[in-house]
Amino acid sequence: MIDAQNLTKKFDEVTAVEGLTFHIDEGEVFGFLGPNGAGKTTTVRMLCCLISKTGGEVRIADYEVGNTADSLKIRKMIGLVPDNVGLYDKLSAYENLDFYGKLYECTEKLRKENIEHFLKMLGLWEKKDVAAGTLSKGMKQKLAIARALIHEPKVLFMDEPTANLDPEASKTVRDFILELKKENRTIFLNTHNLDEAQRICDRIGILKTRLLTVGTPQQLKESLGGVKTEIQLVQFNDAIVSAVKKVTTHKVEISENKLIIDVANIDTAIPTIIEAIVSAGGRIQSVTELNPTLEDVYLKTVK
Amino acid sequence: MLRSVILFPLIVSIGLPLVVRFAGHEHGGISPSVLPRVLDAFSFFFILGSAYLPTAIASYSLVGEKVEKSLEPLLATPITDGELLLGKSIAAFLPPIVAIYISAGVFMALINQFTHQTLGYSYFPNWTMGIILLLVVPLSAILSIQASVIISARASDVRSAQILGGLMILPFAAIYVASEIGSVSLNANNLFIISAVILLFDVILFFISTKTFQREEILTKWT
Repeated sequence: MIDAQNLTKKFDEVTAVEGLTFHIDEGEVFGFLGPNGAGKTTTVRMLCCLISKTGGEVRIADYEVGNTADSLKIRKMIGLVPDNVGLYDKLSAYENLDFYGKLYECTEKLRKENIEHFLKMLGLWEKKDVAAGTLSKGMKQKLAIARALIHEPKVLFMDEPTANLDPEASKTVRDFILELKKENRTIFLNTHNLDEAQRICDRIGILKTRLLTVGTPQQLKESLGGVKTEIQLVQFNDAIVSAVKKVTTHKVEISENKLIIDVANIDTAIPTIIEAIVSAGGRIQSVTELNPTLEDVYLKTVK
Repeated sequence: MLRSVILFPLIVSIGLPLVVRFAGHEHGGISPSVLPRVLDAFSFFFILGSAYLPTAIASYSLVGEKVEKSLEPLLATPITDGELLLGKSIAAFLPPIVAIYISAGVFMALINQFTHQTLGYSYFPNWTMGIILLLVVPLSAILSIQASVIISARASDVRSAQILGGLMILPFAAIYVASEIGSVSLNANNLFIISAVILLFDVILFFISTKTFQREEILTKWT
């Protein structure tokens, strides 16, 4: 659905994004993670034909980003939820959506149906006649998402959709994105929220001007060395270390009264190790599986 | 914005006829020989209104979107630059024009009521007022809207956009002063020439506004 090759954007002497190459399949939720100023918003703006690219090529469906004739076609088939919701405060929730439906040349019937569908889906139907300016932050964000969907776009770009929302509102928005995922929409999600990215995204790209890594959340975590097991002992001695090293070829790290072993399979490998420890006179306090988190991956990648 | 669109026409349509009604009242009112010149001068106020009133709305048009932070989703829709500028211009054009036409109707009716006895005939409608209302007023409004939209696309805040947009009244005020001191006569021929000049500037500003409208610059420098 989206195919970027060597996408670059420079503002005068400043390079905002450089050499981005990625492919996003139809129906995929692709997350862009990166620190402030990494170029996430600039990338979305280029993909939405809001700003020009300095170099590289991007295609969305069969259309080329940067080609003037294709720009209008691309804008017709995408929806954008910007980081600032940008609603018309004096218009009601319904009027905001209706106005945008007209800009997207939706028929009156389609506008009516979609406005009702999305407002009900987002729990805003009761507020349809309320001025947008008086809605809570969470409601405004949900309304901005409904606005981006009013013309049923194939691709949805979301720039920090849960930023500045309270946990409950964030959850509602996240759940809604998961609902959209079921509808096989392609979603490009810019976010700071690692937990959100892990829960929602099929694949994640970590960006810091350049695209540093891309993969599924699982692949990214495995890139840090995979799962480890931590065995906490009451007391520790050399006999225990020798006994453990006799029964395993995995890497063993020793830290105070802990053994950290590069082995993921607790069911098969760990019982043997535990038996060896006990035979050597060791007393075990706890056994814990250590999973690398996306935060570990992110921090290591953007360092 | 709405206040100025209502207040100005109200003052012109009722205030000026009252001036005619009560000026020199103790000496039998304004003399019939001077009255037509006074009424023509008052008619020019509708041109001033058409040059000034749309600027309040037009200068807010794009910079206002910036203030509301609504420009990015708007520009992401499949509308062309020309459609966006045209939409903004129509929104700024219609309310003042309607207000001016209604107030002109009230003005002419009141003036006829107050001057019929002195002049012996109804002064309005006449050719001069016809040219003013049907030609000069819409063309002046379009000119000030074009200029205001260009200013609005470059201004960083609403206030400076409105102040700069309001300056559009100055060339028209200069013509008015010139007519008052006798340098220019606002007869039908001269009003046609003024209209042609305004039309020329309308066309020039339209091309400037569409050629210089830069979505990227507006987005990246405003947000």
